[in-house]
Amino acid sequence: MSDQEDDIILSELDDEELVQQMFDDLYDGLREEIEEGVNILLERGWEPYQILTEALVGGMTIVGKDFRDGILFVPEVLLAANAMKGGMAILKPLLAETGAPRVGKMVIGTVKGDIHDIGKNLVSMMMEGAGFEVVDLGINNAVEKYLAALETEQPDILGMSALLTTTMPYMKVVIDTLIEQGKRDDYVVLVGGAPLNEEFGKAIGADAYCRDAAVAVETAKDFMARKHNRLAAG
Amino acid sequence: MSNSPSDEVLTRDGLSPQGTGRILLIACGALAHEILALKRRNGWDHMDLQCLPAKLHLYPDRITEEVEKAVARHRDDYARLFVVYADCGTGGQLQARCAELGVEMVAGPHCYSFFEGNDRFAAHDDEITAFYLTDFLVRQFDAFVWKPMGLDKHPELRDMIFGNYTKLVYQAQTDDPELRARAETCAARLGLAYEYRFTGYGDLRTALEEQAAKP
Repeated sequence: MSDQEDDIILSELDDEELVQQMFDDLYDGLREEIEEGVNILLERGWEPYQILTEALVGGMTIVGKDFRDGILFVPEVLLAANAMKGGMAILKPLLAETGAPRVGKMVIGTVKGDIHDIGKNLVSMMMEGAGFEVVDLGINNAVEKYLAALETEQPDILGMSALLTTTMPYMKVVIDTLIEQGKRDDYVVLVGGAPLNEEFGKAIGADAYCRDAAVAVETAKDFMARKHNRLAAG
Repeated sequence: MSNSPSDEVLTRDGLSPQGTGRILLIACGALAHEILALKRRNGWDHMDLQCLPAKLHLYPDRITEEVEKAVARHRDDYARLFVVYADCGTGGQLQARCAELGVEMVAGPHCYSFFEGNDRFAAHDDEITAFYLTDFLVRQFDAFVWKPMGLDKHPELRDMIFGNYTKLVYQAQTDDPELRARAETCAARLGLAYEYRFTGYGDLRTALEEQAAKP
């Protein structure tokens, strides 16, 4: 974040300094530096899951908070996400090999009639970073596509996103169909998108409205913890 | 438009009412030129106009509160107030607040819809990948699209933001060859196909005609 950074040689930093520097580099959307940082930590023997959670998710959490507080805006968040993607691309195959803990599984998609996916993509990425397996259905999803994916994937969570006032009511179509088919209680339903609010989430019968990607991750984790507690008690 | 405020002022500050007339229109700054043109054309001197800054378009979550403040500030000064916003990304909150305040507003999801006519716009079932610009937004493309999306500094973000769109539709309120050329350039900058569609003032005109005719 300052001119001094031009002189920083990542490999000369100790682990703690390097992670801090990666927070700064994520904040500044520096993809190559993040990729370099990930590779250095791997060479130093860090577990892929530790790099993911401590360096990447830790850094993106700061980005998320500053976005929520109006300090950062969409372009900066996109650049940060792009940098995190670079790091994730290195870690993903290694995570599969080393068997990272799996918190839960989510099917997510933007609703029918809506092509906006910036928020959804951020949620997908942050959920993956938090240890969720994410099946991303992309944009413009009709109820049939959601239902087919729920059937095939058997996730814990269904996430739906919409940016338009005209498309957000479609979330209720999906939820009502789940109710009709007696499947509503099989899934936690989380909804999000710029024009939504808590009231809307309640009105359509979602389990929660998530105002941003960080809240989505925390909410999903809470629901998974409750589910585990219920299963343990039962 | 010689007596109209500049786009920059409308974007940043909006427009203060003249303090005359019995009806106050509380509008988005992006609609000021169109409303003033309709006022002039129809001799609606009994309708005054206040515009909130058009930049609220970029922060729809603030619109409801700002409209409510304007209603509270002026409600005793006029016989009637009319809100010239559609839902505009407020997720139904503006409609609900206007109902609570007992103030009418323009019907529709956004200005792209009411300029074309809400019914006609809703009938498009093949336009989910269309990105719309009005006269105001063509003139203010850099201020409302290019810069807020960070494309002035990071053009590489273009496809992350606009990759799912296929065409730019310029909904023209006026027949202006210069704006048409600029809109086509906007489409090229976003990497989208270009379509010109003359709308005129659409449902904005009819909504204001209804308000103007009310006792």
